[in-house]
This record gives sequence, structure tokens and C-alpha cells, in this order.
Amino acid sequence: MSEPIIKFEKVVKSYGNYRVLNDLDFEVARGEKVTIIGPSGSGKSTVLRILMTLEKINGGVVSVGNEPLWHEQGPNGLVPAREAHLRKMRKQLGMVFQQFNLFPHMTVLRNLTEAPMSVLGLSKQDARERAEELLQLVGLADQLQKFPNQLSGGQQQRVGIARALAMRPKVMLFDEPTSALDPELVGEVLNVIAKLAEEHDLTMLLVTHEMRFAREVSDRVCFFDQGNIKEQGTPDELFTNPKEERTRAFLKAVLEG
Amino acid sequence: MLFGITWDTSNGDLAFALSILPILLRGMVVTIQATIAGFAIAMVLGLIFAVLKSVPLKIVSWPTIVITEFFRDTPLLVQLFFLYYVLADYNIILPAFATGALALGVQYSAYMAEVYRAGIEAVAKGQREAAKALDLSASRTFTHIILPQAVPRVVPALGNYLVSIMKDVPVLSVVTVLEMLGVARIIGDQTFNYLVPLSMVGGLYLIMTLVASALVRFVDAKLPKRGLPFK
Repeated sequence: MSEPIIKFEKVVKSYGNYRVLNDLDFEVARGEKVTIIGPSGSGKSTVLRILMTLEKINGGVVSVGNEPLWHEQGPNGLVPAREAHLRKMRKQLGMVFQQFNLFPHMTVLRNLTEAPMSVLGLSKQDARERAEELLQLVGLADQLQKFPNQLSGGQQQRVGIARALAMRPKVMLFDEPTSALDPELVGEVLNVIAKLAEEHDLTMLLVTHEMRFAREVSDRVCFFDQGNIKEQGTPDELFTNPKEERTRAFLKAVLEG
Repeated sequence: MLFGITWDTSNGDLAFALSILPILLRGMVVTIQATIAGFAIAMVLGLIFAVLKSVPLKIVSWPTIVITEFFRDTPLLVQLFFLYYVLADYNIILPAFATGALALGVQYSAYMAEVYRAGIEAVAKGQREAAKALDLSASRTFTHIILPQAVPRVVPALGNYLVSIMKDVPVLSVVTVLEMLGVARIIGDQTFNYLVPLSMVGGLYLIMTLVASALVRFVDAKLPKRGLPFK
């Protein structure tokens, strides 16, 4: 396995007395597609939210591309990161949200060009070309002047994916991207994600309840339970022959539900 | 006689009313001007206060909270006298109209700051998170993501203050601003007929506030509920 692009070392995250992440050690290799599954409250979304700097950590070190995410190198070791460092680090990551979180007052085109223009400094022309290319990729090339509320949930989520990609992140984080969708719209979003998974440079971290999909696209599946990885392996290992009793119980419940 | 217009006191109330109507309308123009000026100041200053209150640094937010509480909890008349008489002692002499508009604006900015803040806090948390995930700067997030969604929601609440400001304008007559009520009182003082001019002021006020309310409803209906569009 090549060097990890993401590394969690003894990471602790707690809300009051409740430990969401419990001394988590976790690595993702460059270009790897990893799916995180597990019961709710097991800390799987928290992993993504910490990476996107939406949640602070309470202990341990998280690194992205060999550089600490929540810390900076001070004269006497690591010190908590300042906003400038966080902004620099965020550029490597893109996130797709369960609730899409598109900007409702902006057209699809504006949703896709806002950050590339104001953050990366792209010209209007370049940003537009990039947006059109990405909308082509997600199959929405003809919708660029629509507002989000004129689109279906599946279309909105595909815009959400294109919007994150417009920043050219090295790592894409998908936080239950199909959980808020009507069942008949899930497929179109999963198709787009599967298409992205074929790109071998892009690292993908996916939290999902779509087990069949996880099996198809991931290199590795991690089963989270009580704030740590209970079991992990290739999709075949984990789905056909889980070792842990807890994993078996979870898979049984999910696949039969 | 006022503003070069004479009144007719010898042909009954109707003729008197008609003769002073142009004078009252002059006063009404001043009332409307003061309302608009005060409202504009309050809108801008209120937004600034709302932003400063939400700054995570206590050294910024605390003084802002103290100042806005002071503006909110002291009478308009006290603030008006303060601006008009006390500042003059320090050689800051503002025209009566400017003083009045400023006093109205300052007092109502404190109320409006709360309205803005409620609107800003009502914008879904996911919007901030999406902006952060796209690495937008804090100021860009505020001006391009949060504010365009917050403002349309608070238009009705801000509009109520437009009507309130309008109804507070007569207070400015104590610092010699010739707004409608002040004009009516002068007419009453000189003709010993208070009933007619004051009744007219009441009626004209009712018309103004109804129009202002309709205007607010119109603007509110025109604004897209999901935020001001960004093409």
C-alpha cells in the first residue's frame, strides 16, 4: 500500500461525557476508496466531519497528506492550528452532504463557480468551463441556469457532487449522500459516484447504508462500532465472511431490513 | 400664515381645513423624509451591530451589546436632547433634521440588530458547513451566502419598524423639526382651532401608515423566500 493520504492517530472526539471517537487509528491510502459502515452513533460521520474541519478533535492527531490537519508545527512541537492553516488544508478536501446543502439563492452554475472564483481565483470564463464540464459528468449539462428548488433531490445531490469536484480536491468525502433521497432517485446518484470511483487518483471516503453499492465500489470497508473500527477488510471479506459477532449482527439487520 | 400659505378662518371648518391642507402636506413631506432617513440609518447601523455582536471576540461583542442595550433602553427624547444640546457644547452642531434622523436611526438600529441576528441565525447550519467545505472566507460566506438568505426572512419584521419610526417622528418637533404634528400645533396656537388640524394629522397619519404597511407587504411578496437570487 502506498503512503497514507489520511491518517488518524489515537483520535478522540467527545461531546460532554460521550466519546464519539475512542482512540481511533485509521489510515486511507492515496487513491483508495474506503466505505465506512456501522450503526448510527458509531462515529462514522464524525470521521468525515473532522476531516472537513467541521468538528474539532479533543485528542490525538489527524494528518492529511502528511501534514497535521488540526495542528501546526510550533517551536516546541504541535500547537492547535489557526484559521489560515485550516483554510490551506481544506483545499485538499471536498464534501458531499446528506442534505445536499446547495446554496438556494444561486443558480446551479453560480453554485459551481462561486468557490472556484472567490477562493481559487479562476476567471469567470474558466470557472464556467469547469462547471460545464462537471455538469456534463454528472449528467446535468442542460440545468445550469436552474435554481436548486427547481431540481429533484437526485439532481440536487449530483450538483452537490459537481460543486465539490469544482475545487479539484484530492479527497472526496461523501456523508450518507443518498440517505435523504427517495428510493427511485438513489440510483442516479450512486451511478455518478461509481463513475468517480473509476478515477484512480481520487481518494474517496464514503459513509453509506447502501451495502450493495459499498461492495461494488470500495477497495476496503470499515465497520465502525462505539467510536472505533471493529472490523475492516475487502468488501468480500467483510460482507461474506465477517469475523466479529457485532459485524454479523449489524449486516444481518441491515441486509434484512 | 406658515410657509407663505395663509389660512381661511372665517368660512367654516371645511374651508379652514382645505386652506391648511397644503401646509400640513409640507409637514408630511418632512415626516416622510425623516422616516426614510431614520430607517435607512437604522437598517445599515443595525446590520453593523448585528455583525459585531456575533463576532466571537468578547472584546468586540461585549461593548456592542452594552451600546445597543443603552440605545434600546433609554427614551428617544433623551437621545435626541443629548445629540442636539450636549454635542453643541462640544462644538458639534448638527442641523435639527439631521439630529432627528440620527436619533431615530440610532434607537431603531438597536432593535433591528436583534431582528437581523434572528434572521442570520435562522439560516440553516448546513449552509455554513457547505461554505466552509468549499473553503469560502468568513466574510465571503457572510456577504454571499448568509446575508442573501437572512434578509428576505426579516423584511416583515424590519417593515414593522418602518411604521414605528414614522409614528415616532413627531418627537422631533421638540428640536424644531417642522414635521406634520409640529406644523399642526403651530396652526392651532395661532388660530385657537386645534380640533381641525390635529384631526387632519391623525387622518393623514393613518393614510401614511397604511401605505407604508402595504409597501412592506409588497416588497415582502416580491422577495424570493429562499434568498435574494444570485445569477
